[in-house]
Amino acid sequence: MTALAPAREPRAQRGARSSTPWVGTGRLVAVGLRRDRVRIPVWALAVGGLIAYFGAAIPVAYPDAAALQTRAEIMKEPSGAFMTGPGYGLDDYTFGVLLANEMLGMVAVAVAVMSIFLVVRHTRAEEEAGRADLVRAGVVGRDAPLAAALVLLVVANAAVALVLLGALLANGLAPVDSGAVAAGVAVVGLVFGGVAAVTAQLSEHARTASGAAGGLLGLAYVLRGVGDAAQQGGSALSWASPIGWAQQTRAFVDLRWWPLLLGVALCVVLVVAAFALTARRDVGAGLVAARRGRADARRTLLSPVGLTWRTERAAIAWWGVGLGVFAVLTGSMAQGIVDSFEAQPQLAEVFGGASADDVLGSTLSAFLTFFAMAVAVYAVVSVNRLGREEDEGRTGVVLATAVSRPAWLRGSLLVTVVGSAALLLVSGLGLGAGAAVSVGDPGLAGPFAVGSLAYLPLVLCFAGLAAVAHGWRAGTWWVWALLVASILVGLYGPLFRLPDAVLDAAPFALVARVPSESVSVGALVATAATALVLAAVATAGLGRRDVSS
Amino acid sequence: MPSPTSSSPVIEVRALTKSFGAVRALDELDLTVAPGEVHGFLGPNGAGKSTTIRVLLGLLRADAGTARLLGGDPWADAVDLHRRLAYVPGEVNLWPKLTGGEVIDLLASLRGPLDRTRKAELLERFDLDPTKKTRTYSKGNRQKVALVAALAGDVELLVLDEPTSGLDPLMELAFQECVAEAVGRGTTVLLSSHILAEVEKLCDRVTIIRAGRAVQSGTLRDLRHLTRSNVRVTTALPPAALDGIVGVHDVASDGGQLTFTVDDDALSSVMAALAAAGMSNLVVTPPTLEELFVHHYGTAATDDAVPTGGAR
Repeated sequence: MTALAPAREPRAQRGARSSTPWVGTGRLVAVGLRRDRVRIPVWALAVGGLIAYFGAAIPVAYPDAAALQTRAEIMKEPSGAFMTGPGYGLDDYTFGVLLANEMLGMVAVAVAVMSIFLVVRHTRAEEEAGRADLVRAGVVGRDAPLAAALVLLVVANAAVALVLLGALLANGLAPVDSGAVAAGVAVVGLVFGGVAAVTAQLSEHARTASGAAGGLLGLAYVLRGVGDAAQQGGSALSWASPIGWAQQTRAFVDLRWWPLLLGVALCVVLVVAAFALTARRDVGAGLVAARRGRADARRTLLSPVGLTWRTERAAIAWWGVGLGVFAVLTGSMAQGIVDSFEAQPQLAEVFGGASADDVLGSTLSAFLTFFAMAVAVYAVVSVNRLGREEDEGRTGVVLATAVSRPAWLRGSLLVTVVGSAALLLVSGLGLGAGAAVSVGDPGLAGPFAVGSLAYLPLVLCFAGLAAVAHGWRAGTWWVWALLVASILVGLYGPLFRLPDAVLDAAPFALVARVPSESVSVGALVATAATALVLAAVATAGLGRRDVSS
Repeated sequence: MPSPTSSSPVIEVRALTKSFGAVRALDELDLTVAPGEVHGFLGPNGAGKSTTIRVLLGLLRADAGTARLLGGDPWADAVDLHRRLAYVPGEVNLWPKLTGGEVIDLLASLRGPLDRTRKAELLERFDLDPTKKTRTYSKGNRQKVALVAALAGDVELLVLDEPTSGLDPLMELAFQECVAEAVGRGTTVLLSSHILAEVEKLCDRVTIIRAGRAVQSGTLRDLRHLTRSNVRVTTALPPAALDGIVGVHDVASDGGQLTFTVDDDALSSVMAALAAAGMSNLVVTPPTLEELFVHHYGTAATDDAVPTGGAR
């Protein structure tokens, strides 16, 4: 359908404005801006807000230069460098240096994710949904959809960079270096938008295209992590990563701009490759064919639990990998954290009042709470899948067979319970194992792995709330609001010195800081009972209402 | 097992009413389907066909009226009833990571025992590759997955909601054969459709619904009596001679040919007049289902403009 490359078209036609492959780009950009009129500002404001928040929070947590210096000591550890940046200016750790070293990489990842979703949304997702056929049947050139997506990519990254720059300047940072940070973030966004433009040509499916680009993004972060951990200031591997290039501008330390040129150059190469690939394929087709599967189902699939497990297991596995890696890294920073807490006791207070006699145990126990919060997010996401299944018309198909509504809900919630327990175990084990290696005490791994399960009833209460929202079709926003509020109070309540009454009543404070504090069996049973009651309320609601489409 | 001896209706719906907010999707709908029959359920988009079916499947709860399905209550006895029926939705959404074959096994075995031989045979007849992930299927292929899953078991009732909207003519033929075979085994079929040729070919009785109400129900023969036959005749009789006969309409003459429509009960007096005048060629065609349909919708659509949207 689109086999003709532009070079083979007659010169006369190519010259005529109406037959260039770019016709219609402007219109498509206008449509795209309209579709993304909320998304792009939200991303920009979220990134700006994050930086503004740290501008307010860091001086509270680290009131003076000495306090900041304890943080720099953590970043000198290989594991600290792995998670953050190459560690320029660690000897004079100011807010700007901290920001460029620790936040730049993370913000760049967030903006790269935005860019990947944006490009795939406007290219492959449109083709997969069949809308691209409608568009291309109009006076729209072959290259116009991709060109329009790339224009939107530039617009979105420029918007993010501007808001980010505003937030940095509002924090009183040097304008030129702030500009380098904002530009570095935008360049990383452009590079991964370019990567997504290429992966969108390769696969027929938007999810595969986003997944492949996201995988490369993860690889880029790990590459620079290994490179930075190997050597302060980064090594060859750091330079193999686009995120590394942004960090190598040494903003707020010894600014240099040229590493960003590498990113711009790579972006240009990727865009040229994407256009070349577009010219070689049909609309809707990919260059990599989809894989085949089984003609018959295994017995294990043939039940509500089996079906839910099948659709959910990949998500559980990815959460497990993410939380596990993060837990091991956090655990392996244990010694550095303990040293800094011993040097700066007020820091320990920020992280939930580590007791003086067991700084290590109580600090890691506090960290375990953070992982439990992440697992609670998983649990709510997992239960919310039920709403999506129903909206997309698959629940009706199952309920039209001999599966009752309670059985369907039970099967789904069972998978959430198993998934949550597995993720808590992985987090606890990872945290304990990392710490065990860091401080040379193999006895740490076991108690953390087992202790993590103390959070299961609480996590399941959040799952139960999400189930109630589904059962009664009550919307999910209030579940998220409760969860986010609980997490914020748990994480930052001590930092902002909220009243003890509030801190103690917050859900994540209801669970003892295991394993350094002992578990209250009564509280566990009460929380578990609450989760069961919520499940029963959800079942009652689902049994009474209409099932849509 | 099917019980063709029983004469109580398989589906009996009385004054069924269902509203979605301000939109009244079903408005005192009546529907009766007898055992062993293929019942056509006709109506334009948004008339309430799918809403009726979803009430019958126990997915929606009716606001008022009664519905009985296979002798049970579709809401309260949903699970037990679902063992005895199979459903094909009009818009088939499947689990993207599963293959077509896995979905067929899943849906069929969640209902009851799966007949693997029949599955293989149906896959062949519908020319469906079961090893592909469902996300790669076209609309027609997704529909085939639902059809094979429904037809692969032995059920008393097939509930088919516009089951062929994505199929090509060859596959439509295969579908019609499969339905005919199921009927031969004693299965009752409720077939919602707006493809009239399909209904004419398959259905014993039809119910035509409009704006959530049954406007007509009966055998195709009964319904045809309600409208006029078309007559084309070569005769010396002048057109004016027909004007005096009650029940003759739309008379037109074209050279020696007369065309007109006639009410069934006026047919004998028309034939007598024609026979007396002499004729050399006569074609009488019964009204097509299209004409029936237009008759019920075309005239009624102008006198009120009740919005019927919202019913999916």
